[in-house]
Amino acid sequence: MVSNTSSADSPTGTALDATHYVQGGETQTAVKILVVGHFAVGKTTFIGSISEIEPLSTEETMTRAAEAVDDLKGVQGKTTTTVAMDFGRLTISERVVLYMFGTPGQLRFVQMWEDMARGALGALILVDPERLADSFPVIDLIEQYGLDYAIAVNHFDGNPDRTEAALREALDLLDDTPVVTCDARDEQSSAAALTTLVRYLLDRASQ
Amino acid sequence: MTTPDDFELEATGLVRAYVITKGRGLPDDAQLSLITLVTAAPGQEQRPLRLSPEEQRLLDICSAGYLTVAELAGHTGLPLGVVRIILAGLTEGGHVITRPPVPRARQADREILQEVLNGLQHKFG
Repeated sequence: MVSNTSSADSPTGTALDATHYVQGGETQTAVKILVVGHFAVGKTTFIGSISEIEPLSTEETMTRAAEAVDDLKGVQGKTTTTVAMDFGRLTISERVVLYMFGTPGQLRFVQMWEDMARGALGALILVDPERLADSFPVIDLIEQYGLDYAIAVNHFDGNPDRTEAALREALDLLDDTPVVTCDARDEQSSAAALTTLVRYLLDRASQ
Repeated sequence: MTTPDDFELEATGLVRAYVITKGRGLPDDAQLSLITLVTAAPGQEQRPLRLSPEEQRLLDICSAGYLTVAELAGHTGLPLGVVRIILAGLTEGGHVITRPPVPRARQADREILQEVLNGLQHKFG
């Protein structure tokens, strides 16, 4: 990731390669959309298929905010662990750069969820039709944070018999919640799912 | 006192998180959100000598353009909380400039969503 050769204008030569930086960063507005779903549903694959940068991963302490602060201050005897959050970037225009954040939907990662959800435009919930029940807690969380969302059914190939109507009923979706199928490995397919979400968010914002 | 587990839990190599942050607490969330854009302040060629290696590293990376707080954490491998605290210190010292995302508002949302929709259709349509 770190280039030591192609950074002539950096005073110490340890800046990153130019492609990593946000184009036109001095005027860009950064926005984010969440890409959520249960473990191994394909979040990172989805983000990777449309991100202009190699998806990055970072970690956050899996504790309440106060405990995290205590740990950073060196208070001993608290058990903290970390969880990875993957994200990618897509420069939309000279004014807007879109970030896509993905993380597992466990309720106990509260701090991370608050970080991710705050200010998000909306959420795309990836669903595996073979593991629908695993998506319930994720949908609950997104609703709890008041985020508008669309459902993208990944891994659809092997399950053609599960109709959209059945899936809507199983997930207890509102009539206007978009449901799309996608192949998270495919750029066009992932982009189409994201487009469906954004169109829906725009409709909601215009009401 | 120190078990092998400690090293895994802290996830920052051999240095405990509170050593890197010099014991400082988490700064205001809004100012250093995940998608706050950060860059080095102009005139950083002459840097104070007292910066820690992590402060130095973040400042180096910031020197060539804008990155979000999340990207800085991703590139350095430091936990987000640690990056936020270091950046808060660097901001106070005038070494970096931060540009928090615009607060959500209905009209701004519509404009931004329309721009995102247009952009996606242009790129992938």
